[in-house]
Order: sequence, then structure tokens, then C-alpha cells
Amino acid sequence: MSMEIPYTVEARPDTGLTNGKLGIWLFLASEVMLFGALFASYVMLRVGNEHWPAGATYLNIPLATLNTVILISSSVTMVLAWASIAKHDFKKFRLFMGITILCGFGFLTVKYFEYSAKFHHELFPSTNTFLAIYFTLTGLHGLHVIGGMAVNSYLWGPGSKLYKTDPVHFTNRVENSGLFWHLVDLVWIFLFPILYLL
Amino acid sequence: MSDSHDAHKPAAAHAGHSAEEVDHHVRAAYYVFGSLLVLTGFTVGAYFLHLPKHLAIALALLIAATKGSLVAAWFMHLVSERKLILWMLVLTATLFIPLLLLPVLTVADHIKLR
Repeated sequence: MSMEIPYTVEARPDTGLTNGKLGIWLFLASEVMLFGALFASYVMLRVGNEHWPAGATYLNIPLATLNTVILISSSVTMVLAWASIAKHDFKKFRLFMGITILCGFGFLTVKYFEYSAKFHHELFPSTNTFLAIYFTLTGLHGLHVIGGMAVNSYLWGPGSKLYKTDPVHFTNRVENSGLFWHLVDLVWIFLFPILYLL
Repeated sequence: MSDSHDAHKPAAAHAGHSAEEVDHHVRAAYYVFGSLLVLTGFTVGAYFLHLPKHLAIALALLIAATKGSLVAAWFMHLVSERKLILWMLVLTATLFIPLLLLPVLTVADHIKLR
């Protein structure tokens, strides 16, 4: 008995969307609420604290700016990877998806140096409230970067076999993976000023 | 858009985007990329202006919201997305805003009690 998920290629008549597209958007909506709850926690902790430190007291602004540029660039290469596969250029898809994954590695490497510097100076989540919310927000965001990289790596490698048998289904998967990756970028766009600059 | 399951037809047409639409999104992506870099420069530049706290927060959030809107509209294709998704996001935003306001209301209440 076939257990295939329906409407992965053609749009479902009642929604006008593939099931994958509707599913990823519902997931992204839940992600907005997840990060929204943490942003609300940040606001509550901040307004309830009379001596909230400036981000630059603990954090490295040039490194965070570099990471912002890396993530923005990776969003562009993700769009180019999707556009390439939508236009049947598999080699270019692999090139741009590969660059997107490398940008993810670059982001995490910079984050590793940032975290290492904090630990070296004995600054931990338990040190104070600012560092607690900093590590929580950036840690959760970092896990999302790792998750996005895992899916992108699968599509770059073993998952790309699907392109030979069902190119449209594969293209839809790349688009959905891209939507998640752009959300990761979008969250960082807010984290950067809130934690580092304000 | 065809409902056919034929794997040999152009992928772009099946995925809901024509080749022209794909090219349009790519061109837009380059413009958005440039805008995001410039706005990132503004964000960092504003920090070094040492503006009053409330103004600095308002400006940083305004720039971040502009950048976020560009990413959502063009990278995530919301400019040409189905209404069902847009309505779903409106519902999310409707729930998201009270979520952010809750702590502010809590603190306001606290101040009143004191």
C-alpha cells in the first residue's frame, strides 16, 4: 500500500498550495511565536532591571556585524540555489547551495569565537540576567542555523537524487528549505540590534 | 498551473513560478541584498551616534522591521504568495503583538501599584 504524502507536486485544490508549502508556513508561524515569547521575556527582563548593561560591555560588535553580512549573503545564495534548480541548472544549484552551507559554517565559526571569548573571561549564562538571555536567544538561533544547514546539506547531497526522478518535487523541497533559512536570517536581523547595539 | 504529475515538464511552472517570475525574483534579490547591506550600515552607524536611549531603540527597531519586511516580501516570496498564507501570517501577527505587549502591561501595572 502506498504511503506517499499527497499534493507534493501539484497544488491541493482547496488551499491552492502544495502540502509542503502550507506545512512549512505553519511551522514558521509557530517559530515566530517561539522567538516572540523569548523576545517578550527579553523586554520583561530589561524593563524590570534598573542597571541593564549596554550590549557592547560584553559583546563584540564588529564580529556580530560580520555575522549579519554572512547571513544576509547566505539568504541571497539560497534564492540563487532555488532559482537555479527551478531553471534546471543542477550544477549552479549545487554551487549556490554549497555556498549557503559554507556561510552557515562561517556564521557558527564566528559564534564559536564569540562564545569562547566569553567563557575565557568566565562570563556564563549564570553570570547575570543579560548574559542569560543573550546565551538563550543566540543559542536557540544557533540551533536553528545547524538545523537549516542539516536540511540544506541533505538537499545538496543524498537528497538531490530526487531531482532525477521528480524534479518538481525536489524544487519544492528546496523552496521550503529556503523559507526556513530566510526565517533564520530574519530572526538574526532583530537579534543583532537588540542584543549588541541597544 | 497544470495539475499534471509529469516530471518532464518545466519545474518552474509546476512549482507555481514561471521562468520569468524566477528571473524577476533573482533580480529583486540583488536589489534587496544591496538594501540590506546599506541598512545594516545604518544600524551600526546609528549606534555610534550615541542617540538618546528611546530614540536609539525606536530607530534600531524601525531599521530592523524594514530589513525584516524586505526579507519576508522578496526572499520568502510573500509579494506573490497565496492569500491563505498571508491570512495565516496576519493571524500570527495578531497573536504575536499581544505576546510582546504582555510584559510591558505587566510592568505598567507594577509601577501603578507602587
